Amino acid sequence: MADEDDDVVLSELDDAELVQQMHDDLYDGLKEEIEEAVNILLERGWAPYDILTQALVEGMRIVGIDFRDGILFVPEVLLSANAMKAGMFILRPLLVETGAPKVGKMVIGTVKGDIHDIGKNLVGMMMEGAGFEVIDLGINNPVENYLDALEEHKPEILGMSALLTTTMPYMKVVVDTMKEKGIRDDYIVMVGGAPLNEEFAEAVGADAYCRDAAVTVETAKELIARRHNQLSSGN
Amino acid sequence: MADTTRPPRSARPRCGPDLSEQAQDRTLIIACGALAREIGSIIGRNGLSHLALRCLPATLHNTPEKIPEAVREAVRAARGNYGRVVVGYADCGTGGLLDKVCAEEGVERIPGPHCYAFYSGNRAFEAAGDDDMTSFYLTDFLVRQFDTLVIRSLGLDRHPELRDMYFGNYEKVIYLAQTQSAELDRAAELAAEKLGLAYERRQVGLGDLEQFITEVN
Ligand code: B12
Repeated sequence: MADEDDDVVLSELDDAELVQQMHDDLYDGLKEEIEEAVNILLERGWAPYDILTQALVEGMRIVGIDFRDGILFVPEVLLSANAMKAGMFILRPLLVETGAPKVGKMVIGTVKGDIHDIGKNLVGMMMEGAGFEVIDLGINNPVENYLDALEEHKPEILGMSALLTTTMPYMKVVVDTMKEKGIRDDYIVMVGGAPLNEEFAEAVGADAYCRDAAVTVETAKELIARRHNQLSSGN
Repeated sequence: MADTTRPPRSARPRCGPDLSEQAQDRTLIIACGALAREIGSIIGRNGLSHLALRCLPATLHNTPEKIPEAVREAVRAARGNYGRVVVGYADCGTGGLLDKVCAEEGVERIPGPHCYAFYSGNRAFEAAGDDDMTSFYLTDFLVRQFDTLVIRSLGLDRHPELRDMYFGNYEKVIYLAQTQSAELDRAAELAAEKLGLAYERRQVGLGDLEQFITEVN
């Protein structure tokens, strides 16, 4: 496929073809092509938000499905994520200017002792793509980092990531500290990482476990909507 | 009775099932391929002729969600042939699911979260806490298989530019050595260089693995 693509001149494609081509280029992790295509769509007057959702997020959604199904592996996902990141880098300031819809805010970080961050970064990016403001605390976060960030940014959602069996129990430390401080129920706590599962999330007192970025976006939207309903019905 | 001067034939690691009559008196260890050489050497050195070894592919390591069912299948397949079965895996990132399978199948596994911990000694590993957090461990096995299991499986052969996305948060490689080998030492150091990381060698031997295997009856 790469060979035919060599001949494709992005600027000669019509909008629909170009968006389709962007899905393919994201899949193939072609960073420069994505940057070029984003700029072409902007020149053609596309709203940054539409480029983000229709071209980038949709393309990454397809990558996510094939990763889940074992068709793509970690290196390919990383390349795709890189390409998406480059596209978002162009769009981010424009999204702020054009007042793209804001769905909510999320603080996310990998827990103490763990420096795996590929999955967390992907979740952060897809949440941002879905209209969330994302505050990324990076890796190796002790409970204080999470608490400080909650206080400072007042997000609806706290997300924690862990990839090691030795570090996943730390999530309970964070949730328990939130309970002690009487702030647990002020936030939606979401957890993820390959070795986790639903049972574990329940055991640590989180609101949700999500197996991938797409499920995280859906679940986050649902939990926020539920929370709004509860608040407006006075519960 | 086994010949006492040489390790018994049956003590050599097997990578297939033992279908002989005597198998009912024997215990099968179902282990990660990354431990084949080491478990084989413990069996051989100690003349543990009641133990047989069957290994699952070490590549399962990168898809830990597949480990529990692969182990279950191997345990069930071995049941009819062997008197007893034990599992030569740590948790290995299954997040407790392997333990669940072991409990359901009534088999025991090597304690610990992963091989880096039991080679270091689980207790010592735990006590060290986050001291090695920014380190990437190698073992004899991983040094030998470095190009296949690290470089190639992370795609660094095709995309060297990904190196810093994987290893940007790391500072050094710690080679947890099972044996004394200048050759492996050199290879481990070269591996660290390829990853752009500092290098440290620690002679840990077989750690808790030795005791686990010699106590299997
Ligand atoms: C890539 C990788 C690495 C890279 C990490 C690079 C980086 N910058 O992150 C490198 C090679 C450096 C590495 C190092 C180590 N690793 Co590693 N690593 C992996 C591997 C192969 C893939 C992880 C990954 O990135 N997947 C891709 C992403 C996209 O998937 P994901 O992380 O699961 O994230 C998705 C979901 O889980 C979810 N999600 C993730 N986070 C969050 C957060 C929230 C809030 C939500 C809602 C959802 C969510 O959405 C994500 C996107 O779809 C796994 C095995 C595996 N398949 O899981 C081992 C694995 C996790 N590593 C393991 C180990 C042991 C280590 C090392 C100790 C190895 C060593 N030799 O030293 C070190 C750890 C050092 C440390 N202190 O952290 C073990 C863990 C075993 C255990 N008992 O815990 C595993 C399971 C491999 C194994 N079987 O041995 N590793």
